[in-house]
Order: sequence, then C-alpha cells, then structure tokens
Amino acid sequence: MILNQFLILAAVLFCIGVYGVLARRNGVLVLMSVELMLNAVNINLIAFSAYLRQSAGNVFALFVITIAAAEVGVGLAIVLLIYRNLRSPDLDRVEQLKG
Amino acid sequence: MLDYAWIIPAIPVLSFFLILFFGKKMPKGGSEIGITALGATFVLACITAVQWFQRVENATGKGGGAALKAFGRGILPTVSEHEAIVRPVIHTITWWRNAGTLFTVGTRIDGLAVMMLFVVTLISLLVHIYSTAYMHDDVRYTYFYAALSLFTASMLTLVVASNTLQLLCGWELVGLCSFMLIGHWWEEKDNTNAALKAFLTTRTGDVGLMIGVIVTFFAAGQNFDIGVINSRALAGTGGHTIWLVGAVCLLIGIIGKSGQFPLHTWLPDAMAGPTPVSALIHAATMVVAGVYLGARLYGVFWQGFSIHAGGINLMAVVGGITILIGAALAFVQTDIKKVLAYSTISQLGYMVMGLGVGAWTGAVFHLFTHAFFKALLFLGAGSIAHSGSHHSFEMKKDMGGLRKPMPITFATFMVGSLALAGIFPLAGFWSKDEILATAGQNGFEIFVVVGLLGALMTAAYMTRCVYLTFFGEYRGHHHPHESPKAITGPLVVLAGFSIVAGLANADPFGIDKFKQYIEPRVAFPTDIFGVHFDTKLALLSVAVAGIAIVVAAIFWFERKQFGVKGLTERSGAAKAGHTFLVNKYYLDHLYTDVIVAGIKGPIARAAYWVNMKVIDGAVKGVGRGATGLGRVVYRYVDQGAVDGAVNGLARGADEAGGLLRPLQSGRLQQYALLLFGAVGLIALVIAIFG
Amino acid sequence: MIVQNVFFWVLAVAMVLAAIGVVRSQNVVHAALYLVVVMAGAAAQYILLAAEFVAWVQVLIYIGAVIILFLFGIMLTRAPMGGDTTLDNTQRLSAAVVSLFLAGVLGTLLVDAFGSKKIAISGAKGEKLLHVGQAGPLADKIFTSYVVPFEVVSILLLAALVGAVVIARRD
Repeated sequence: MILNQFLILAAVLFCIGVYGVLARRNGVLVLMSVELMLNAVNINLIAFSAYLRQSAGNVFALFVITIAAAEVGVGLAIVLLIYRNLRSPDLDRVEQLKG
Repeated sequence: MLDYAWIIPAIPVLSFFLILFFGKKMPKGGSEIGITALGATFVLACITAVQWFQRVENATGKGGGAALKAFGRGILPTVSEHEAIVRPVIHTITWWRNAGTLFTVGTRIDGLAVMMLFVVTLISLLVHIYSTAYMHDDVRYTYFYAALSLFTASMLTLVVASNTLQLLCGWELVGLCSFMLIGHWWEEKDNTNAALKAFLTTRTGDVGLMIGVIVTFFAAGQNFDIGVINSRALAGTGGHTIWLVGAVCLLIGIIGKSGQFPLHTWLPDAMAGPTPVSALIHAATMVVAGVYLGARLYGVFWQGFSIHAGGINLMAVVGGITILIGAALAFVQTDIKKVLAYSTISQLGYMVMGLGVGAWTGAVFHLFTHAFFKALLFLGAGSIAHSGSHHSFEMKKDMGGLRKPMPITFATFMVGSLALAGIFPLAGFWSKDEILATAGQNGFEIFVVVGLLGALMTAAYMTRCVYLTFFGEYRGHHHPHESPKAITGPLVVLAGFSIVAGLANADPFGIDKFKQYIEPRVAFPTDIFGVHFDTKLALLSVAVAGIAIVVAAIFWFERKQFGVKGLTERSGAAKAGHTFLVNKYYLDHLYTDVIVAGIKGPIARAAYWVNMKVIDGAVKGVGRGATGLGRVVYRYVDQGAVDGAVNGLARGADEAGGLLRPLQSGRLQQYALLLFGAVGLIALVIAIFG
Repeated sequence: MIVQNVFFWVLAVAMVLAAIGVVRSQNVVHAALYLVVVMAGAAAQYILLAAEFVAWVQVLIYIGAVIILFLFGIMLTRAPMGGDTTLDNTQRLSAAVVSLFLAGVLGTLLVDAFGSKKIAISGAKGEKLLHVGQAGPLADKIFTSYVVPFEVVSILLLAALVGAVVIARRD
C-alpha cells in the first residue's frame, strides 16, 4: 500500500468538508462537514502511524475522536440556541457581527 | 591763529546755538551774544591777518616784526618783486576715507582767506551793531541775530575751506541763510516770493557748481583739495578739455551766486529783506562768494579759459555784459535799494571780468574795496528809511532834501558814492583802475572800453540817486531826523575804510602791500599778468567819471534837461528803450512765463500723462495680469487639480471602503471562506518559495 | 497486497461519493446518513491500516453517538424550509473554488513530498504492522507516555458536557 493513497484520500475528504462548511446553510449540516474534516485528519494520523510504526498516531487519533464528540455536543447546543432565538437554523440570519 | 583758524568759524556757530536757546531770555534779546561773538571773531581774524603778514615778511627774508613795521610805513617806496614762496597754512582732518579717496575737513589760510576773513567779520560785526537800532522792535529780533550768526559761520566756513566739498557745504549754507533772511518778514507774500526766487535762481547755478566740483575732482586725479586742483590744472594734467568743462561749470555756479547775467534777476528782488541783511549778504559777502570761488580755483579758470592767451573768453564776456546791463537798469529804478542792487550786479561784473582778463589782484582788490563802500551805501539807505522816510525806500515819493536833517548819513553816503564812482583818491578808484589797467596792458582792450562805459554809467546813476535822495524838496510826510549812534557809528567806520582802503595797493605811491600779502605764490599761475600803474588810463577813468557826474548834476540839479524831458513821450524808440529797461529786459518774464510756465504746463502735463497712462498703465496691467493668473490658478489648479486630487482621494478611499465593506458582513461562513482561501494561498506561497 | 489495494479503492470511492452526498444533499437526514457511510468507511480504512482499536472506537463513538446526536439536533431544529430556499447558501461557487484550490494545493504537495513511499507489513527490525495498533501496547502508551493529555481530555469532556447543558438549557 502506498502511503500517498491514504493521504490523498484524507486531503480529498478534508476539502469536501471545507466545501460543506462554507456552502451549507443549516448549522447542523455545517457541523456534519466539520466531522467530515475531523475524520479526514484521523485517517491521516493513522496512516502515518502505520508508516512510521509508532503508536503515537493511534493515541492521537483516539483523542481526536473524543474531542470531536465533545465538540459536536457543544456545537449542537449552540445551534439549538440559535434555532430558539432566530426561529430558524439558517446561519445566514446570524449577522450580529456585521460591520 | 593761523594754525587754529578753525576756531574762527566755530565761534559764530556757537553763538548761533546760544542765541537760539538763550536769546529770548536775555535782556537785549540775544544781540549781546551775537555782538560779543562777532567781536571776538573779528579780533581773531585780525590776529590771523597779522600773523599771515608776518609769515610773508619772514619768507621774503625780512625778520619777525617787520610785517607790522612794513605795513605802518608802507608809504615808503618799497616796490619790489617778491619772488619767495609763501606757502598757505593748511590743516585738515580726515573724516572719511573711501578706498583711496580722502574726504577731509580743514582750513587753508593764505592771503586771500585772510582778506576775506577780515572783510566778513568786520562787516558782520558792524551789521550786528547796526541792527540793534534798525531791527529794534522787530517781531523776530532774536531769530534774526541767530540767522546772522549762522550766516557768518557759513561764510567763514566757505572762506577757510581747504577742499571743494567743504566749500560747497559753506556755499549751500549761505544760500540757505540768504533764503531765511530775505524772507525774514514772511507775513508779506512778496517777501517769501523773493526769498524763493533767490534760492531757486542760485540753485540753478549750483547745478553747474556741483558738476564743476565733480569734474575738477576727477581732473585733479580724484582729489578735492584746492591746492592740488590748482596745481594739476596749471600743469594741464588730463588735457585741456576737461579743465575747460570744469571751468565752464564752475562759472555757471559763479553766475548764479554772484548775480551775473543771465541769473542776476534774484538780486534786486532780494531787497525785500531787511536792509542790514542786504548790506551784509547781498553787497559785501555772500554775492562775492562766487568771485571768491573764482579767485580760489583760479588755476582752473586760467587753464580752462586759456586766459594767458589773451583775447575774448567766456568769463570776461559774462562779466562785461553784466557791468553794462546792471548799470543800465540802475537808471530807471525809483527804489533806492534797487539802485544799489543793480549797482552791486554791475560791480560784481567788474570783478568777474577782472578775473576773466587775468587781473586776479585787481578783481580781489575790487572785492575788498567794494565790500566797504557798498555796505556803507546800503546801511546809509537803511538809515534814511529808519529815520527819514519812515521805512520807505521810494526815492521819488518819500525822500528828498534830506541832507540837512541827516548830515552824518549824507556825508557818509556821499563818500560811498564817490568811492563807487571811482574818484581819486577813494577806494573804488584804485581797484577799478587796476582791473582796467591789467586788461589794457595784456591785450583785452575791448574790456577796457566796457569798463569805462560802466564807470560812466555808475557815476551818472549814483548822482541821480544822491540828488533824488538828499537834494530838492522833502516829498515825504514824516519828520526826518538823524539816526541813532548805533546806526551812524558803522556808517562812519565804513566811510573811513572807503577812503583809506584803496591805499593798500596804491602803485604810484609805491605801495603794493595788498598784492604782496594777498596774491598767492603757490598753485597760482606763474605767468600771471603783471600790471603797472597806467597814469593815462587813470586820468581817463577819473575824467570819464567826472564828466558823467557833471552832466548828471546839470541834468538833475540845474534842471537843464537838454531837451530830454518828455523824450519818452515823443520818441517811440526812446519809449521802447525805457519800457525795455523798466521791465528788466523782460528776463523775469522769460524765466517765469516762458521757461517755468512751459515746464509747469505742457511738460508737466506730458509727464503726468506718461505717469498715468504708461507707468500706471503698466502697473495696472501687471496687477490685472496677476489677478487673472490668480483666478486661473484658483479655478484650475486649486479647485480643479488640487481639490480634485484631494476629493478624488477621499472618494477613492470611500469607494475602496465601500468595496471592502461587504467583507465585514457578519456572516460566519464568509469569514471561513476567506480563511480557507488565505490558508491555501499561504500554503502555496510557502511551497513555492520555501 | 493486491487485496488490500482493491479493498482500499472500493472503500475510498464509496467514502468520497458519500462525502459529496453529505455536502450536496438537499435532505438533512440524507446528509446525516451519508455521513454514517463515510464514518463506516473510515473505520474500515483503519482496519486496513491495522489500527483495530481505533477502528472500533470510531464505530462506537462516531457512528453510535455522534450521528445520533446529529439526528437529534436535526429533529429539534427542524424548520419547514420552503422550496425557494435551499440548504446551500449564496457563496457555493466561491466555496467550490476555494476547496478545489485547496485540494489541488494539498494534492500537489503530498505527491511532491511523499512520492511512492510504501507502508511495509513487516518492519526493518522485524516488527509487524499488526502490533502497532493492538490494544495492549496502545493502552500502555496512553497510560505512560500520554497520561497527561489523557487526563486533560477527560477534563475537557467534563467541561464540554457542562457547557452544553449550560448553553442549551431553557430558562
């Protein structure tokens, strides 16, 4: 197995996640895209861990998974709050930082 | 005193200031200061003269003290040619130095200066004394004395000047004092007009003088010193033409100041001033400043006019014409002071003519004697006005038959008249005769004729004047009486001088003390004409004068009119001639109405037009151009370019801001877009250049 | 090796298509389900790389918990979106450009950097690939070398929990 195929796969998934973050209107969908990006990072880590025969990559990937889970929880809580205040999960309506 | 001669002008200056500041408070109104000062100055002048004579005697080898002895026994035959060099006493201080040219102030005492010092101080002193009575109740008594002191100081400065600049200063100052004193009673417009006329006419001559000073300065190799100028002139350095130019210019100055034709018109009008002023300034001292200049810078004239070559030259011609026109005009005057004024003009003509024919000693001697008898005549006229005709000088109207009530005045006036007419042995005879003799013996015969003609006319009009004043019936309306001692005293003194002064150079008696002491030996033409007493000419001149007196006497006294009475009514030519004379040859008319009006009228208008249209037009044009330019700059540069640039910048910033504003949309995903985009770019850049 | 490659390519294509589905689907639930596919694929990739522990943790936590959270979130924030409003916002095009650009950059760099480096089954020192990802050695590593990050992550989980409750509570 060539190392690069995993890395390029991870890069592609990451860029798709970037597209999703930038292009999606719904907050939940944005979070999903963020998960996509995190998964790509994980693949990258594990690939390198295998290539270098070190377990640090695996450990780090475990931590990433943990943190991703925590982040999703907090993120969804925020999206719920936005939905409650703006009656819609449409992120376009969040413009308080304008100007 | 020869070495401290600067004190002599300094004393009257001091008295001028003292009188100005303290005169009003003094009991006699400042005249005591003036008289004391002038008395002291006169004494110092006498001492200087004696010292000079001693110097001359020493130089000629006769020991000390011989001067006084020689003078006292001058009647002894001691005629001899003294060839020893007697240098003048010169003291100067440098008050300014400008790249090699020295500007000095100093004194140059030689015989001529000594003579002038004596004359000026004596006559000034006598006039001071005279004025205590004459100007007694005058409205500006103190001021008058101050002005007299200032005048004396200026004249003395002029006399002792060692360089032409200093002489020029003195010259201008005496002109100023003349102006002040002629216009002493300035409440009358006529007096101020006369003062202005005197000042401006002499000023016209002064232009020539100043140019002459400059020319001689350069001709003498950039030097103002009188001795240097004379030496260089006689050596002929720089060629003949420049000295001719200098001589002509200086002559113009002399014409102005000494009342020669054609600038003589101011002298008769100057009689508007008080009589003591007329005596001092316009008879004895100021008007002879021109002659003095001629005598001082004689080398310039000798060289410039080539007097040694004989023949006609400008100076002699001017003098000659002046003699005749002055004398002619004296015949038709009814104002006694005007008669004397024209007589002065005529006698000044003698002096200038004398200088022009090479009779230096004669001319200077005539200056000397003329001062005495002319001052005497003027003061006599003043005495008459004071006590006889009640301040009027009109002979025909207010005088007549005054010989009985005013005997002293009559006697002294007669002495003066005879001296003026040139009757032996009075002063005028000797001096006038010397001029004529020099002219005759050195090839200037035409001027002898002129001089004799002048003598004839002089005797005649003086006889007329004497008759109208002192003989006949009293035509005035007052009570004539003799004048006080303050007035008659000076008259007597001057009469005495008029009698004996001529004997200072009485050749047939073997006296040539005047020539010996006064004629310079340094910076003087060595080929100056010698003169010996011509008995034939002397007899001729006395005869001419005598005949004139006799004829005039018969005309006036005996009333034998010779068919002349009514001539002006009968004969058109005679009437025309009379009118011509009465109008003073129409010279005043020429000056005022033609020259001055011509300048005031068309020329002034032309100059005004040039000023308004051309000069002002140019200035306004420049101004309009500048405003137009300013407007253009304002509109296009300031509003357009500069403001446009500034506004454009502002608009650019505004629009750039407008363009950038959407970046701050507040939308999260847009920020994220920018973020990822930037990250990609940075990564690329680092990859390429890293 | 060919078997692993085949599996890898099949899984890779499936993952990519599912990922595209996540970001392009117009149905939120469909997007969530596509995400499940992506995560399952990721777990399979981990097994391919002999990281068995991580693979099962992935399945457990990601697919088991995170997706469920997403579905709950979708349910709670479900708002009727009309036909004229899509799930994508207006900067779709720019986002595509940026992501393509980023992909290009990353791809080029990776190819340039790693060329054809291979992952060997058995190492130079005779270690087997299988041993890298085994749970035992992994646990040893966690509780010895990386115990501090482990504790920090625990605290972070606690903070996240509390934070989520605080943020989302209704008061």
